[in-house]
Amino acid sequence: MLLIRCPYCGERPEIEFRNMGEAHILRPGTDASDDEIADFLYRRSNTKGLIAERWRHVHGCSRFFNAVRHTVTDKFVSIYKTGEPKPDLTALAASLNGVARS
Amino acid sequence: MTAPFRTASGGRIKRAETLSFSFDGRPLEGHPGDTLASALLANGIHLVGRSFKYHRPRGILTAGSEEPNALVTIARDAGRTTPNLRATEVEIYSGLKASSQNRWPSLSFDVGGINDLFAPIFASGFYYKTFMWPKSFWRSVYEPQIRAAAGFGMAPEKPDPDRYQQRYAHCDVMVVGAGPAGLAAALAAMESGARVIIVDEGAEFGGSLLTDTSARIDGKTGWHWAADIIMSLGLSDKVTCLTRTSAFGYYADNMIGLSERITDHLEVPPAHAPRERLWQVRAKHVVLATGALERPLVFPGNDRPGVMLAEAARTYLNRYGVKVGSRVAVATATDSAYQAAIDLKAAGVEIAVLVDVRPEGGALVELAREAGIRVELGASVCDTVGRLRISSLAIGRIGADGRATRFETIACDGLLVSGGWTPTVHLYSQSRGKLRFDAASQTFLPGVGAQAQISAGAANGTFGLESVLNEGYAAGEAAARAAGKKTFGAKTFSAEATDAAPAGTLGALPTDRDPSRVRAFVDFQHDVTAKDLKLALREGFRSIEHMKRYTTTGMATDQGKTSNLNALAIAAKELGKDIPSVGLTTFRMPYTPVSFGILAGVARGDMFEPVRQTAAHASALALGAVFEDVGAWKRAWYFPKAGETMHQAVNREVTAVRQTVGLFDASTLGKIEVVGPDAAEFMHRLYTNPFLKLEVGRCRYGILTKDDGFVFDDGVVGRIAADRFHVTTTTGGAARVLSHFEDYRQTEWPDLKVWLTSTSEQWATFAIQGPKARDIIAPFVEGIDISAAAMPHMSVRGGTFLGVPARLFRMSFTGEFGFEVNVPADYGRAVWDALYPAVIAAGGAAYGTEAMHVLRAEKGYIIVGQETDGTVTPDDAGLAWAIGKAKADFVGKRGMLRADLVAPGRKQLVGLETVDGTTVLEEGAQITPVAVPAKRSHAIGHVTSSYQSPTVGRSIALALLENGRARHGERLYVPMPNGAIAVVVTDPVFYDKEGKRLDG
Repeated sequence: MLLIRCPYCGERPEIEFRNMGEAHILRPGTDASDDEIADFLYRRSNTKGLIAERWRHVHGCSRFFNAVRHTVTDKFVSIYKTGEPKPDLTALAASLNGVARS
Repeated sequence: MTAPFRTASGGRIKRAETLSFSFDGRPLEGHPGDTLASALLANGIHLVGRSFKYHRPRGILTAGSEEPNALVTIARDAGRTTPNLRATEVEIYSGLKASSQNRWPSLSFDVGGINDLFAPIFASGFYYKTFMWPKSFWRSVYEPQIRAAAGFGMAPEKPDPDRYQQRYAHCDVMVVGAGPAGLAAALAAMESGARVIIVDEGAEFGGSLLTDTSARIDGKTGWHWAADIIMSLGLSDKVTCLTRTSAFGYYADNMIGLSERITDHLEVPPAHAPRERLWQVRAKHVVLATGALERPLVFPGNDRPGVMLAEAARTYLNRYGVKVGSRVAVATATDSAYQAAIDLKAAGVEIAVLVDVRPEGGALVELAREAGIRVELGASVCDTVGRLRISSLAIGRIGADGRATRFETIACDGLLVSGGWTPTVHLYSQSRGKLRFDAASQTFLPGVGAQAQISAGAANGTFGLESVLNEGYAAGEAAARAAGKKTFGAKTFSAEATDAAPAGTLGALPTDRDPSRVRAFVDFQHDVTAKDLKLALREGFRSIEHMKRYTTTGMATDQGKTSNLNALAIAAKELGKDIPSVGLTTFRMPYTPVSFGILAGVARGDMFEPVRQTAAHASALALGAVFEDVGAWKRAWYFPKAGETMHQAVNREVTAVRQTVGLFDASTLGKIEVVGPDAAEFMHRLYTNPFLKLEVGRCRYGILTKDDGFVFDDGVVGRIAADRFHVTTTTGGAARVLSHFEDYRQTEWPDLKVWLTSTSEQWATFAIQGPKARDIIAPFVEGIDISAAAMPHMSVRGGTFLGVPARLFRMSFTGEFGFEVNVPADYGRAVWDALYPAVIAAGGAAYGTEAMHVLRAEKGYIIVGQETDGTVTPDDAGLAWAIGKAKADFVGKRGMLRADLVAPGRKQLVGLETVDGTTVLEEGAQITPVAVPAKRSHAIGHVTSSYQSPTVGRSIALALLENGRARHGERLYVPMPNGAIAVVVTDPVFYDKEGKRLDG
């Protein structure tokens, strides 16, 4: 069972959390086009590799936060609070590969 | 009386004490310290089971958890019967009742053995090829017959009466395996002050040291050294030692699953003790000291009772004081089997011959010959003879062409085999670590790890006692350091022992017979032969994973612990590839079978799932209510009087509400307290309805949509104060609505000052509905003017009810004049108990959820999840009036304007009346424009709710119908198996269309 580091509570087992889908998908205004609203509602990156996701410590502090997770290994690479900027996933992936090589 | 094959002395059994047990009803004796296998062998019994497919007689192959053959059923009573236990692990106690499996009528005469004669047709994929036609026979004949014939033991007949426990633990260093490497690792970790858990699946710690009586460590015998270490580990309050505990799974982030067997070895289990315990351990670092498993050799007739792994025979001799035969032969590709032969010879067992497939032999050839053992180098086993026990073997010289030439047949009553040692990398592999193939030792070894772990000893491909001890200690030290502990440097041990070298042979041995005709078993438990594997390859199965599934090799309960590498080598040879490029099949959890009991823990029976009961549950129960499950809630469904059917009860309840008064427990509704300076703005943005101007003391029926514009939940919201709302949700939606609110509060509008609190279980809620509702509640209410003028429809007031603080809503989900009173849940039952007699005295009734459904359907009120299904917009449901047209934005505003959601022809809520007025339609039934719709035409709608209405005196239904609002008055059809039912489309409100009854 994964250990996930809640930015407010620290490391807790995975069963205390709920995945809330991909992060950094901005809610458009009422003037959005049909295509923009479809992007917001339905279209997801479905990445193999690093993905930024929303998580909620639902059986703990109940707060939402964001995390970068590797969808193949399930490793959490970065955890940050809601509202903080999205990390550069390409740079993160490159730095991970560097670690693996060294 | 001493059993015939028990040695005169030696071993770790308590000879002074004798235990009586039985096998297949036959009374036998053994000693404390015996396993069932060792006790049977001491009594000269090798035949213990029948194989899966061919029902071939099988004996004990191993001395550990990797045993493929000796599966037995242990029965204490009808509820405590455990099949498929390995006799090599079962510890005997006085009165133990063991029986063999997969045989009828008896182990030595088994009718199923006829399968063996038909072996040529039971080849790979036999089922897929044979039971093909007629198609209908699969379900009715083939599958039941195969199921009856297949499988090993039988499930117990009664529920399991035992208790199973689950616990969580944390440690700095977890050591798996308490052989020499594991003990040294635990010692190192302990000396650093780390919190250590060390586990071993055996009844006692020591691992290979328990077998190797010749070992010397730092001047002590192996047993003595191990005993000293075990004592110091046991004395440390930071070390937890668990015997009889299997580490069955290595999960993410260093979580290890342990299965601890607590009472199975006891004659009389203590009443307080659980039978088994599941441990979920989170370790900072893990040392895998899981050792290595000896491989059998693959040759014709290698599965007869009496054929046994060489080190297992040595274990039975040295640890249990049991000779596995009186004249045994040895076939080997390793040095370790020589030591077994030498030990057995010294104990008085005649060694008929030692056959080594290696032309040069190994380091111990001379020692064996000096001991008087005949050694044949560069030789192979061509065949064996013996039905219920091996009686002879034919040996042959291996030629340059890879074939053997038979030159002698030798009588024996046992055959010890050793094909080499396979490091036990199961847990390492489960941890997602990469394996690498070591060409020198022909084994897979831990490569690049994925978690905080380290392998040591034979599990890491290290053999030789001194190296194993030193590596174990270093691993324990490294693990402690990685866990943040200070360590004191390396320690080295000085040890002497005969060392099992990892190298050996893989795949089938050379024989003089036609390899396509003989049966040389690879997977004993699933009866997979070398021939079967080759057949699968010829039939085109190239991937090792496909071959595994087609032949079922390695898929039995032992998961191929002794067979996988041989199968892989045979496949590689046949494909002309090297072993690493063929690849390994996946190592899956659990390492050894785990009982359902520990996985379920206490979660069974009443404890299987939490049950939610309302505050007044006991009162409803006392009134004879019938309950229905709504989520985890128990809700009163209806309150039948003596002799009443459900239909009669519901009609009576509905009529009471319409004519006098009804009392309903609505406590299961979700409730959320929304508080803060921005509470109104928050509500305004979430609901489709406007909320900014809702006056304090007033309520509103609100619709929630998600950003997709579809109805998500609904409920009445009361404004308690300028900065405080009492929100209600549907019963099933309570948790997801709060989650939805929290999501927008925390991530979309973090600037809003608003706080959310679930109050679902804090308020008990009762609806008092009907013309006499005000009369009923009046005596209980204080501090609230409940007159029509002071408290209009859709208003909320605070005061007391029966003397307790209350929020009183004037609202209705029945269409009648009525109230809903909320009181603190602790007073809920008292309030119900006060209201109920008053309602009865007034000629009313308590009503349940069924009557509630009928009442609301008569009024055309929707239920989210019944009239809606996640694709219904507020407009579809006839709720366009609840959308605040002037609002700049709300959740779902843009979504519900999407082209498809505003296109003509959408399904809209309508009423349906059957033409005959009595037929009650099936909920979910399809609606068509004609009685017999053309093929490939589509349904134009479906029935969402349907009841017999006592109020309007006919059957009524709600439905979603394409363009429904424009179809009122149309005649349509609901096709059913017995013919179409004619219906007329109506307005969804069947009763009191003007809503006058709400005014009281």
